[in-house]
Amino acid sequence: MTTKSNSISRSWWWKILAIVMLVYTFIMGFLGPVPAMPIINESIRNLYFHVTMWMAMITLMFVNVVYSLKYLSSGKLYHDLVGEESARMAMVFASAGLITGMIWANFTWGAPWVNDPQLNGTAATMLIYAAYFILRNAITDEIKRARIGSVYGIFAFVMMFVFIMIIPKMNDSLHPGKGGNPGFNKYDLDSNMRMVFYPAVIGWTLFGVWMMSLRVRLRKIEEKIHNA
Amino acid sequence: MNFGKQVFTLIRLEAKLEWKNRQAVTSLLVYSLASIYISYLSFRQVLDPVTWNALFWIIMLFAGTNAIAKSFIQESKGLQFFYYSMLPPQAVILSKIFYNILLLGVLGGINFFIYSMIFQSPVQNNEQYLLGLLLGSIGLSSTLTLVAGIVSKANNNAALVAILGFPLLFPLLLMIIRFTGNAINGYSWALNQSWCGLLLLLNSIIIILSYLLFPYLWRE
Repeated sequence: MTTKSNSISRSWWWKILAIVMLVYTFIMGFLGPVPAMPIINESIRNLYFHVTMWMAMITLMFVNVVYSLKYLSSGKLYHDLVGEESARMAMVFASAGLITGMIWANFTWGAPWVNDPQLNGTAATMLIYAAYFILRNAITDEIKRARIGSVYGIFAFVMMFVFIMIIPKMNDSLHPGKGGNPGFNKYDLDSNMRMVFYPAVIGWTLFGVWMMSLRVRLRKIEEKIHNA
Repeated sequence: MNFGKQVFTLIRLEAKLEWKNRQAVTSLLVYSLASIYISYLSFRQVLDPVTWNALFWIIMLFAGTNAIAKSFIQESKGLQFFYYSMLPPQAVILSKIFYNILLLGVLGGINFFIYSMIFQSPVQNNEQYLLGLLLGSIGLSSTLTLVAGIVSKANNNAALVAILGFPLLFPLLLMIIRFTGNAINGYSWALNQSWCGLLLLLNSIIIILSYLLFPYLWRE
């Protein structure tokens, strides 16, 4: 536990920013203008609520791997705590992304699950991090758990990254803007949508980090009560 | 003793121990033969090359998991203490990985031979397929060796090896099935070499990561 990390997680300006961004996202996301596109139609608004989940998840996984590395070099249990909780929040965002995506896919593609690189990537990611938690729960000694969990976390992150890089080479995606589908790639993501999309990414990511830091504080309080 | 020599000595020690107690190797062989035969009884014949290939790699995956899961389990406390006090952890993990590559490579070769006899082989380019088998063995053994090392520190629960290892093997299996699938279809080397390069890259990433991460597992 360091004073620096405390001061960032306790300072309030970025939490306000997260709330403002998310309120803006919800208002503009549902009411703002979107281009009329074939097939996706109004469901293009899912960009603000689905793609952003994925981005927040990747950010949190990155936090996980950074804190795993930090734990291995410092041996401070606080770093491991942040790593574990960021993986947990990443799982929450992965589930949210999966659910929003499946609802959307059911309307746009006609089926909630198809053989698509992004879907396979998410499924693999969730399995990997589920295994991470199973491993952690199998170890009772907390220092050992931290060390072994960190090692697996780093290895898993690299393999997950390779998987996400590799699979798009395997088959074309059905996702909008990929494989020649109409959609929101950089050529036709219009400026109105960008005005909502970027704040949405920032808002959801900050929100995820905020929830993660709350979980960390909760765990620390639990520990204090437990030790008292 | 320099590093290379330490690794080599450890591999020889491992092989000697294995040879002393041949039961482990024999049981591995019987395990793969039984899985191939079970597949034969359930499928009778595999006409589709894609299924042929996928079934072979699934058998290899289970055989590999079974073979490597015990890498760190079978050693006595005394031997582990000896390793720990005498040798750098990097030498331990590299020797285990290389030994497992040998083991799985040989096992894979035998599996491939028998599997091709029982199910008629659709493979058009056998050299490429065997290269794929080698690359696949390297990837499977190096990933599973590190996972077995992780599990050996976590109560030695053998089921954990599969739970932790399978999701990590997704990229490797996808690539190896694509590479060997191309070999089945008789693609020329020029068409298939990019997959070979990617597999080599992935294998080196796995081995480098094991080399870097294992010391943290090893210190108690």
